Amino acid sequence: MRLRIEQRQEPSAQMRIAAPVIATALTFLAGSVLFAALGYDPLATLHAFFVAPINSINGLSEWLLKASPLILIACGLAVGFRANIWNIGAEGQLIIGAIAACGVGLFYPNPESPLLIPLMFLAGAGAGMAWAAIPAFLRARMNTNEILVTLMLTYIATLLLSFLVHGPWRDPAGFNYPQTALLPAAAMFEPFDYSYRLNPSIFITAVAVVIMWLFTDRSFLGYKMSVSGAAPLAARYAGFRESSAVWTGLLAGGAAAGIAGMAEVAGPLGQLSPQISPGYGFAAIIVAFIGRLNAFGIVLGGLLMSLLFLGGETVQMTLGLPAALTRIFQGILLFFLLAADFFIYYRLRLPEHA
Amino acid sequence: MDLFVAIFTGTIIAATPLIFAALGELVVEKSGVLNLGLEGMMLMGAAFAFWAVIAGLPMPVAIAAGALAGAATSLLFGALALTFLTNQYAAGLALAIFGSGVSAFLGRGFGSTPIDALKRVHVPFLSDIPVVGPMFFRFDPMVYLAIAMFGLITWFLYRTKGGLILRTIGESPETSHAIGYPVIRIRYLAVLFGGLMAGLAGAYLSVAYTPLWVENMTAGKGWISLALVVFATWRPLRVLIGAWLFGGMTILQLQGQALGIAVPSELLSALPYLATIIVLVIISQNRQLLTLHFPASLAKPFRAAS
Repeated sequence: MRLRIEQRQEPSAQMRIAAPVIATALTFLAGSVLFAALGYDPLATLHAFFVAPINSINGLSEWLLKASPLILIACGLAVGFRANIWNIGAEGQLIIGAIAACGVGLFYPNPESPLLIPLMFLAGAGAGMAWAAIPAFLRARMNTNEILVTLMLTYIATLLLSFLVHGPWRDPAGFNYPQTALLPAAAMFEPFDYSYRLNPSIFITAVAVVIMWLFTDRSFLGYKMSVSGAAPLAARYAGFRESSAVWTGLLAGGAAAGIAGMAEVAGPLGQLSPQISPGYGFAAIIVAFIGRLNAFGIVLGGLLMSLLFLGGETVQMTLGLPAALTRIFQGILLFFLLAADFFIYYRLRLPEHA
Repeated sequence: MDLFVAIFTGTIIAATPLIFAALGELVVEKSGVLNLGLEGMMLMGAAFAFWAVIAGLPMPVAIAAGALAGAATSLLFGALALTFLTNQYAAGLALAIFGSGVSAFLGRGFGSTPIDALKRVHVPFLSDIPVVGPMFFRFDPMVYLAIAMFGLITWFLYRTKGGLILRTIGESPETSHAIGYPVIRIRYLAVLFGGLMAGLAGAYLSVAYTPLWVENMTAGKGWISLALVVFATWRPLRVLIGAWLFGGMTILQLQGQALGIAVPSELLSALPYLATIIVLVIISQNRQLLTLHFPASLAKPFRAAS
C-alpha cells in the first residue's frame, strides 16, 4: 500500500498556520536526536538550550535584545521577498549601517550633543539604503542578478569594516586591539536598567513592525509588490513597473538592516570590532520565511530565532558545545518549514483501492 | 620568467575549486534546478575530506569522502526542491547555512595544524621541459581531474542522448514528462552530481589548496561559482575561462599583498568580489546571450500532472 500525494482543491488555511509550529516541533525533535547522538542527555540539553537562557530577567532582556535586530531586518527583507526580490546581503547592509552610525558617533564635533542619536539613526539607515541601492540600480537598470550582488557586497562590507578597525579608525588607546574607541555616552541608547542591556531601540523595531503591517496589508504599493511576486505577468499587464518593486524591496531591506546596525553599535556593542554581527542578516532571511512574510509572524519568528542564538551561546558556555549548533538548528528549522509548507498545497491520501 | 610561471600555475590551481563547483552547478541548472547551496556543500566536502586525512585515510579516499559528503548534502536540497516542491532559492539558502553550521561543528576537533597536502605529480619527461614543464606538467592530480571533468561534461551535455534529455528537461519539464522521461529522477541525479562536484571543490580547498581547516574556509567561493555559471551564460567552456580569470585575479591580489604594494590588504582581498559584480553587470547587458542558453524552466518547481 502506498500513500498518494494529491493536490488540495485550495490551499489549506489551517496548514498555513500549523506548518511553522510543526516545523518548530520537528526541529526540537531533531535537536534531541542530535544531542543524544553526541552523548548528551537530550531533555537536559534542550532545557539548557531553550529554557535556561530565558529563565531570568537578564535572560529575557537578552532575548528581546537579540530578537530586535532580527525582527527589524526581517520586516525590511520581507517587503522585497514578497515581490521576489532576493536581498540576501542584509548582513553587509547591517555592517555598513553600523560603520556609518559609529563614524557619526565618534567624529561628530560635539560628543555631548542630543542630536547624536538621531544623526546616527539617519546615517545608519542612509548607509544601509545606499549599500542596497547598488544592487537595486544594477537589477533595475542593468538587469543584474541581485542575489549575487548583495552577497558579494557583504564580503566587501566585512573587509571594509576590518580595514577600518585595523587601520584608520583603530583606537589609539586600545592596546593595538582591532577596535574603535568607545562611543560617547550621548551616542548610546541608555538601557532601561543598567543591570541589563535591553535599551529603547526595541521601540524602533516595534514601529518597523507596524509600518511593515501597514505597508503590506493596507497600501497600494504593497499590494502591487505582492502581485509582482505572485504573478509577474499579471503585474506587467496591469502596468506595475518591475523597477519600482526592485527599488522598494531592496531599499526597505537596506534601511532596516542599516538601522539594525546602528542600534547594535549604539546599544550592546558601543564600538566597532571586526565581528559585529553573529549573522543577524542571514538569520533574518529565515525569520522572514518562518513569519510567512507578514508582520505578526515575523515577530514570532524573530523570538524563536533569537532563542536559537541565545541557546547556542548558553550551551557553549555551560556544556562546552560549539556555537555552530545555532547555524545547524537554523538550517534544520528552515528545512522543516519549507517541507511543511508542501502540505499547505498538497495532502497525503491513502489510495481508494488498497 | 619564474614569476610568470608562478603566477600562471597559481592561477590554474586557484581556479580548480571554482571549476569543480561551477561545472557541477552548470549541470544542475541545465536540468532546470537552481541550487544556491554550493557554499554549504563545498564546506561539507572540505570538512569530510580533511577529517579523513587526519583519521589517517589515504588521500584518494579522503577526496572521495569529500565528494560523497557534498553529494549527501545535496540530497537534502533535492528532497526539498524536487519532492517537496519548495522555493528553490530558500532551499538553497537553507543548505548554505546548514552546511556551514555542520562543517564548523565537525571542524571544532580538527585543530589548526596543517596536513601534508595532496602531492603534485611530475609527469615523466614532459615535466622536465624548460618553462613548459613547470607550467603544465607539475600539478596535483585534481587539477587534471578538473580539466577532465570539463571534457566529460561538455561531451555528455552536447554529444550524448543523456545530455540532450537533461537539457530538454531544463527547457520544458512538462514536454519531457509527456514524452515519458522521468523528470524528477533525472533532476535528482543532476543535483547529486552537482553535490559531488561541490564536494570535490571543497575537498580540494582543504587537502590541496590551503591544507588547513579553517571555519568557513570557502570564503564565498561557492557564491562566486554561482556567479561564474551566469557569467558563462550556461556554457562549459566559458565556465573554464571564467574560473581562470578569477583564479588569476586571486593570485594577482595575493602577489600584490606579498610584494607589499601600498594598498591595504583588505582592499586587495575585496577585488575578487568586486570583479564578480563587474563581470555580472557586463554579462547582463547582453540579454540575447543570456537567454540563448538559459534553461527556460530554471528554479521553477515541477510536479507531474498525473
